[in-house]
Amino acid sequence: MQKPLHFLRDCFTAATRGGPSFYLWAGFLSLLILIGAWAYTLQLRHGLIVTGLNDHVSWGLYISNFTFLVGLAAGAVMLVMPAYVLKDLDFSRAVLIGEGIAVGALIMCLCFVTADMGSPQNAWHLIPKIGYFNWPNSMLTWDVIVLNGYLALNIFVPAYILWSHWNGRHPNKKLYVPLMFVSVFWACSIHMVTAFLYASLVARPFWHTALLGPRFLASAFAGGPAFILITLLLIHKFSSYKIGSELFRKLALIVTIAAQANLIMLGSEAFVEFYFPSHHGISARYLFFGYQGHDALVPWIWTGIGLNILGTLLLTVHLTRRREGWRTLACALIFIGIWIEKGMGLIIPGFIPSPLGEIVEYHPSTPEILVTIGIWALGLLIMTLLIRAALSIELGHARAPGAATKLPDDH
Amino acid sequence: MSKKPFSFRDFFGFGRKEGNALNESPASSCGSGSGCGGGSCPSTPPPQEGGALHRPANRREALGFLGLGAATVAAAVGGGCGKDDPLTEMKFAEYFKKNYRLMTEEERRETVRRIEILTEAATHRKVHVKDTAAQPGVRFGYAFNISRCKGYGECIEACVKENNQDRGTNMQYIRIFEVDKGQFSPEHGKTEYIHEVGAPGKFYMGTQCFQCGNPPCTKVCPVGATWQEPDGLVVVDYNWCIGCRYCEAACPYWARRFNWQEPQVPAADINPNQHYLGNRLRRQGAMEKCTWCIARSRDGRQPACAEACPTGARVFGNILDPDSEISYILKNKKVFRLKEDLGTEPHFWYYMD
Repeated sequence: MQKPLHFLRDCFTAATRGGPSFYLWAGFLSLLILIGAWAYTLQLRHGLIVTGLNDHVSWGLYISNFTFLVGLAAGAVMLVMPAYVLKDLDFSRAVLIGEGIAVGALIMCLCFVTADMGSPQNAWHLIPKIGYFNWPNSMLTWDVIVLNGYLALNIFVPAYILWSHWNGRHPNKKLYVPLMFVSVFWACSIHMVTAFLYASLVARPFWHTALLGPRFLASAFAGGPAFILITLLLIHKFSSYKIGSELFRKLALIVTIAAQANLIMLGSEAFVEFYFPSHHGISARYLFFGYQGHDALVPWIWTGIGLNILGTLLLTVHLTRRREGWRTLACALIFIGIWIEKGMGLIIPGFIPSPLGEIVEYHPSTPEILVTIGIWALGLLIMTLLIRAALSIELGHARAPGAATKLPDDH
Repeated sequence: MSKKPFSFRDFFGFGRKEGNALNESPASSCGSGSGCGGGSCPSTPPPQEGGALHRPANRREALGFLGLGAATVAAAVGGGCGKDDPLTEMKFAEYFKKNYRLMTEEERRETVRRIEILTEAATHRKVHVKDTAAQPGVRFGYAFNISRCKGYGECIEACVKENNQDRGTNMQYIRIFEVDKGQFSPEHGKTEYIHEVGAPGKFYMGTQCFQCGNPPCTKVCPVGATWQEPDGLVVVDYNWCIGCRYCEAACPYWARRFNWQEPQVPAADINPNQHYLGNRLRRQGAMEKCTWCIARSRDGRQPACAEACPTGARVFGNILDPDSEISYILKNKKVFRLKEDLGTEPHFWYYMD
């Protein structure tokens, strides 16, 4: 029992000790978390009335961010899959970092869903047996299962690998490689299930399309690896953990292909909605061009689409994709573009117009925005701490007493 | 919104008290230490009918199993203000009770009794909460005559009063759409019209919960807090709801309403004839909806909207009874329903004379 505690202590020390720039970053995030927590107490006290939500637009900024972040979590599979299924050694150096990002993203997802709940004190009603778990009927129960399962996979597999390395030995492949395969399928399932959450609603024609699931996957495999690429670049620049240029090249290629597929599907949806505009296309008309004088989302969605197209173009052209500066910029553009398109650009128009044709627009309130920023800060802090702990073991800095700093050659 | 510091005790429903205008009466609350424990207090002061009507509703007095302030009632039911305060125990039991569908008869009786006592403690109004079950051989149906309705909106007002809806957010279950003749869907209509109704060139179409035969809203609830009863009424267990609002997104008729804040119902306006699955007082963060006035319809009465309608445009009854008026309409009139293509099987039909 002594040893695991020692391991955890080493991880904690590695995660929380650092230079001034780390303390500045962690302090900045903590401040945002505190402000968000304060804003959340307002919501607990007065109810969701402090948000911009209402009976017409009943999901907003929280669920938008939740949807996007499921994609970010699923994006980590684009490191796991090449590393373990295709046995590409370039990727295996980054897998642990990808999984740290997935854990942070999943915790953000759970926080956003909780923040959106009107009665979080009743969350225990979701526990099977003790509460009433409406499985398999409710897609939300499926989402609870897949998100928590994916979170468990992304905590335990890296923890086992790090534990083995900390002990100066290789992890047992028979133990964790099957789980890695499971997590590849699981990653796809978290995003498909989240898409089905919306696509299953006949009341909302904007979401009620079979293309939603595949489009979620494409945007996840563009936005997720784009974020990972930027994170890896930061680690490469600011830590002693070096990442080969091959990996950046391959990751950029993944982002390119996924972003292209995403744009093709966007075009396909736009064609169906606008070739012969029907009643079912009113939400899309509202989103892209405004409807009956209501156009709050028009500049927002065109910004997102502009960023996506520009980013995809920069990545498609070899000349720009191969230059580090352009490549990183393109990834940032795609990340923000997808956050807009798959966040508010997807959730809000589902509610406008209402099923009875009424139009009520939505603007997030200040407390809602503060809570959202706080949850993002929490996620980024968790990612930072997990990655720092992992890297300190990977670099051989943290080791069990007497364990070899350098791992024996793999066989 | 009243200003009070956030308290987890309050949030989880165990808060003991907080002064409010109504409770700062002779017998002040426990916390102020005026010693009203042990049944020594005068019993419930009479509700200040006149005053309450003219004061803006206060969320404390309106409702809330949160932060009950009525030490007086605690005394009335034979308790004090300490840890063994029966009100606190009741709130505890209320928080940990089961989903209504899983309760035994005995458990249902107990929770109904607790709700009656807690409501009285919070509002100084005696209420009667029923748990009448669905009767065999009954499937409710509703018909709406679009050639009769003139858009007076009496139904909306009666509904709000009957069902104790939140006055603070002006919650309404019923929408009356004014539609231009030549159109045929509420989507082309308006719910806000400020002119003399029965306007020329217009007709009126009411919507509310259609108690679908195949309800999309109940299927999506992750905790089974909403379901369809054997007589067709789609109901919500307000205590069990987690407030995720998935059902609200799933309803193709926009029939569900959420309590975005602590509901405000002036004590004097509370309808005391209540049903557990219907118009009992709700709480912040729970979903609610039209139940065709389950507290009335299960007693063989008309829903408030049907009773209030001055034009006779609303017909409510048992479609399994061949002699009911609703059965006559379904047999003899040409009827239609909204969004039939979705397969939701609404039990709410429109017809014309």
